Amino acid sequence: MAREMMYGDAIAAAIIAEMQRDPNVIFYGQNMAMTERDPMLKKFGKERVRIAPISETAEIGIGIGAAMTGLRPVVELWMSEFMLVAFDQVINEAPRFRYMSGGQVSVPVVLKAGYGFCAGWAGQHSNCIYHTMMGIPGLKVVVPSTPADAKGLMAAAIRDNNPVVYLHPYMLTLDKGEVPDGEYVVPLGVADIKRPGTDVTIVAIGWMVKKALAAAERLAEENISAEVIDPRTLAPLDVATVVNSVRKTGRVVLVDQAPRHSSAAVVIAGEIAEHAVGFLRALRMVTALDTPIPYSEPLENYVVPNEEKVVEAVKSVLTHKAVAA
Amino acid sequence: MPKKKARKSSARSTQSGSDQLRWMYTQMVRIREFEEAVKRTFIHHPGVIRGHSHLGDGAEASIVGALSTRHDTDFVMPSYRCHGYPIVLGTPLRQMMAEVFGRKDGLCGGFGGSMHLADPSRHFPGTSGIIGQSIAQATGAALTAQVKKKGQIVYCFFGDGASKQGAFFESLNMAAVWKLPIVYVLENNQYQAYTHFSLEDANAVAGDPLSKKAEAFSIPGATVDGTDPVAVQKVVAKAADRARAGKGPSLVETKFYRLSAHGNVITVPPLPTQFPEHEAVAVYGNRKEFERWKSKDPVKRFRERLLKSRVLTQASAKRIEAAARTEVEDAVQFALASPLPAPEEALQHVYA
Ligand SMILES: Cc1ncc(C[n+]2csc(CCOP(=O)(O)OP(=O)(O)O)c2C)c(N)n1
Ligand SMILES: [Mg+2]
Repeated sequence: MAREMMYGDAIAAAIIAEMQRDPNVIFYGQNMAMTERDPMLKKFGKERVRIAPISETAEIGIGIGAAMTGLRPVVELWMSEFMLVAFDQVINEAPRFRYMSGGQVSVPVVLKAGYGFCAGWAGQHSNCIYHTMMGIPGLKVVVPSTPADAKGLMAAAIRDNNPVVYLHPYMLTLDKGEVPDGEYVVPLGVADIKRPGTDVTIVAIGWMVKKALAAAERLAEENISAEVIDPRTLAPLDVATVVNSVRKTGRVVLVDQAPRHSSAAVVIAGEIAEHAVGFLRALRMVTALDTPIPYSEPLENYVVPNEEKVVEAVKSVLTHKAVAA
Repeated sequence: MPKKKARKSSARSTQSGSDQLRWMYTQMVRIREFEEAVKRTFIHHPGVIRGHSHLGDGAEASIVGALSTRHDTDFVMPSYRCHGYPIVLGTPLRQMMAEVFGRKDGLCGGFGGSMHLADPSRHFPGTSGIIGQSIAQATGAALTAQVKKKGQIVYCFFGDGASKQGAFFESLNMAAVWKLPIVYVLENNQYQAYTHFSLEDANAVAGDPLSKKAEAFSIPGATVDGTDPVAVQKVVAKAADRARAGKGPSLVETKFYRLSAHGNVITVPPLPTQFPEHEAVAVYGNRKEFERWKSKDPVKRFRERLLKSRVLTQASAKRIEAAARTEVEDAVQFALASPLPAPEEALQHVYA
């Protein structure tokens, strides 16, 4: 059985289900559970659901410490950039303890945050910072693009024995989709082919999956068959699914909301270059332009990738002729 | 320490008596009118203001009282709730409103918006939307002031919520050790977004004022009625004198009440976004609290006080209010008529 749900609600449903399943799961963050009427607080009580001050270093560090000693905290951080004030905890603490202890200690903490809110929030609230985290061994990074994945990946993140950064594109919060009822776990590290196709491979991340699917729909009207792949987790990254598709199509467009050199696309491009050599005929990256995100609408629209840019990139890789050596 | 004679100050710190009180009232009214116009824009011109806007209504006495002690070249570094300060510094409302509307003629060309106003020509270098971080940057401005020896000090404004960031503790410690010329104004408007300060502040939980944090750094700390600009002025003046005398930082908690909701509703476009009810009502169901503080509206109270003491007459008060309304309405019309920036302009200003 499945039911239609909003993306944001699907995340909440997964957290609630995991808290019911495991008494070690606790949930806290700023501006949540403010009154006794809060439904999570009602269900799980003050011990397991808490409000935190604006203290990300402590919020995340406390989550790590609690995880090292027996709890499975989920920390609500609202916007991914707020993690930056505590980046030591995210990058150089949480992912290190397992290894430094020779495999004795584990840090099952989930850092949940929205990202990439391109709605006039300007330079400090609209960014994509996953690139910085996906290359940190010991840290997992999850970026769901549908309500069903949002639920399934949150369940997997909470059950995982490693620190997981769970990043949800804010632009998808109100999007609706079918979500399986009951226990639903999407394993970390498995990409999903959101639309099968034969002419070109589009790999898109987060909010960009929606743009890529819309572009694929438009391209289909012109008899261009695009395969749309969503890695779903950036660490671990399912390179095989991407490479297999590129071996089939030979042409690839990578769509990423981050600026070019801080995108996941640039990492994926490297994997394709190495593993699909001999098959690859053309590759384009559609990323944000190399600027901070501006406030004013025409400026923001100009900087951030959109459907048109994806369509145009697909056409360019399809017409690309290999230059004779 | 010899005090450099301030040039004709935009903050009129050289004025005294009735003139200064009238100046203070005028600035408070200008702030209030501006904020109400921003709020109305969400209804009259939906979609014109994007993202998240935050108003300073309720903070007027704190802002104006503190800045009334400012000398012309002192730095002002507020948080992201930043409309009120440049208004007092004399930044043209036209450019301010145009920035809030994301227009080409905006103070920052449409790059920053409501949260990121900046007017370095008036010693207002900019604001951060990441809570607490500007406290460190303001402390850096105080380092500049100390090194350059031009007699400048820094007015650093931040919220009750921000005082829970590491940057707050690290900065105040360094400022105390280095004896930096800075006044930290902790604007306790009693809410951190949707959270009442009593739910998240250790001093508040213990029944102490937030200015108690000063004790941790062995610097002066004081709490003052932030709805009374004269009371704020008195306390901040002392802190400013101390900073000017090279004796280091102070922490002043101005306690007042934010009169509007934290900001406009956060939603995914194209859903309309407007100002909801204040959190006291919307979240806590506590209309009494809201009404009680509304009755202490600093602008209204100061008006009554100045009428009573005959600093203002009904006629002169109305003149000030009408002038502010006209100025703000002109700013709105200017901003509406200003073009949006051309898309390619986005590529500018990435590097100096
Ligand atoms: C580091 C960080 N964490 C969280 C937020 C989200 N946030 C935006 S405004 C705000 C409340 C700030 O409260 P306060 O410091 O009291 O200032 P006020 O809004 O009352 O002026 C929060 C938590 C943020 N911007 N930055
Ligand atoms: Mg506050």
